[in-house]
Amino acid sequence: MSAATSPAAPRRRGARRIPLTWLGMLPFLLYMLVFLGAPLYVVVHGALTANGHFTLSNFSAILTQAQYLIPLKNSVILSLWTSLGPAILGLALAAAVVAGPRDGVLRRVVSSASGVFAYFAGAPLAFVWFASLGTLGVITVFFKTTLGYDLAKHFDISSQLGVGICYFYFQIPLMVIFMTPALEGLKPEWEEAARNLGATRRSYIRHVAAPVLAPSFIAAWLILFGSAFSAFATMLALDGCTQVVVPCKIYFEMSNNVLTNSIPFGLALGTEMIAVVGIVMIFYWWVQRRAGRWLR
Amino acid sequence: MSAIEFEAIAPRRVAPPQPRTAARPRPRAWRVLILVSMAVFYVLPLVCAVKFSLINQKGTYGPQNYTAIVNNGALSDALILSLEIAAITAAVAVLLVFPTTVLVRLKLPKLTVVMEAVTILPIVVPPIVIAAGLLQMKETAPLWVVNTFFNHPLTILTPLYVVLAMPLMYRAIDTGLRAIDLHTLVDASRSLGAGWPTTLWRVVLPNVQTAVLGGMFLTIALCLGEVVIANQLDQSNLTFPLEMIQFASQDNAPGISVAMALVALLFTFLLLFMLSFLARRRGGRTARVV
Repeated sequence: MSAATSPAAPRRRGARRIPLTWLGMLPFLLYMLVFLGAPLYVVVHGALTANGHFTLSNFSAILTQAQYLIPLKNSVILSLWTSLGPAILGLALAAAVVAGPRDGVLRRVVSSASGVFAYFAGAPLAFVWFASLGTLGVITVFFKTTLGYDLAKHFDISSQLGVGICYFYFQIPLMVIFMTPALEGLKPEWEEAARNLGATRRSYIRHVAAPVLAPSFIAAWLILFGSAFSAFATMLALDGCTQVVVPCKIYFEMSNNVLTNSIPFGLALGTEMIAVVGIVMIFYWWVQRRAGRWLR
Repeated sequence: MSAIEFEAIAPRRVAPPQPRTAARPRPRAWRVLILVSMAVFYVLPLVCAVKFSLINQKGTYGPQNYTAIVNNGALSDALILSLEIAAITAAVAVLLVFPTTVLVRLKLPKLTVVMEAVTILPIVVPPIVIAAGLLQMKETAPLWVVNTFFNHPLTILTPLYVVLAMPLMYRAIDTGLRAIDLHTLVDASRSLGAGWPTTLWRVVLPNVQTAVLGGMFLTIALCLGEVVIANQLDQSNLTFPLEMIQFASQDNAPGISVAMALVALLFTFLLLFMLSFLARRRGGRTARVV
């Protein structure tokens, strides 16, 4: 009955089958359309509407008024240093782990832990740092009682530095997850070949490993940037939102609708966030294509 | 039965043992330095958190913060609610992604780009934006929609978490399917008379078991940690991570929050650690998904 039994035409079915195959895509696509498309539509539609009419005034407001531009600037600064730092540290960690035995306990612990830390992100990790460096945190208390140094005077866990440290905690594992396959793709033969041709280890890294890894590194860094840019759970958990960044601004604009009708601006800021992360992801896609060239 | 037999038929990709260590004569100082400093950076806060969570309300050491998770009615309700959400989310995500990805790999390879684009969208749209959209929908949506979905976290959060889980679920399953000879498996199964459901359920699924489990476990982690969207909802039924925040900010019992965070972290770590053993037993190739 099935064409698959004939060895001559094992894979292709007749053309008339195609509509049926496309039908198989429907549940998935419809689901995404409803549950992702609907909130998205509401946000973009609301951002483009004022008093029931189409308008771009919400966007011109968020792109000219300082109260909306400063959060954007702060968000970009925060995202830059909380993505570049973890990108470098994560690469180093991944390299250190990949250099070890493939089935070792180290590799397994690091890969499982990376999954937990990277995808747990937000709230639970924030509490781990809260317990360490918060006003009553174990490290803060230790500094005060044992060393006589009042850390709480100089450091606040809900400051940009504090939030940034929490970001490092999930950004480094995210980098490990993205870079491990790339590092595993570096074939030992390449190093042997380079060595046989007289290369030192340094020149192997400089002329072979680095160029091959560069696209993967940049792609992963872009992901980290997007992840830091859209992160909000940490600040929510640290009872912060003292930070003037875009997610916090959206949060406030969406919730204080009683006094002023700020919701359209919140929605416009949301659209702005989608645009920023969207641009980052387009770059990611473009770099990722190059990354695939050597690493298969 | 079919799973085991087809495993024998399908060419399993066994990586040749790599003589990596041969070229490495000395233990490298940089490796030790990085591993030790990272271990400190990751373990020290965890140790601090454990110590913090063992200090109870009266300022003495004791397990009260942990027993509260079970004894406190609101807390155990929240835990059960979150586990329900996590289980349903993981199941629905697999049901949506697995058949679709198999279909794309087998019949519509051109749509791989579409799948990648669609499943990356939940990353592009920040959770706070979805949350904002949700708030706005609550105001503007027809009454029946509000009544059907918005009254309970289970009905509103689960569908949205499925969307959030798409990137990891798709990547996990796609990686798993790449590693097996899908065409041969399916052709063999079909030629022996199996229908599509049987083929998917009893032939393909067992072969990508680790990948699917990996995706499910990460989905569970996501559901146990997500607060941004949940925070926008009616506060009568809180999820586990929301209770976590609640205890620190309003009930002034951060010890309980930290205990909850540690339990959630440990639970997910154990799930993924178990998976890494399972992955090795089954050939190791799909271990990469996490």
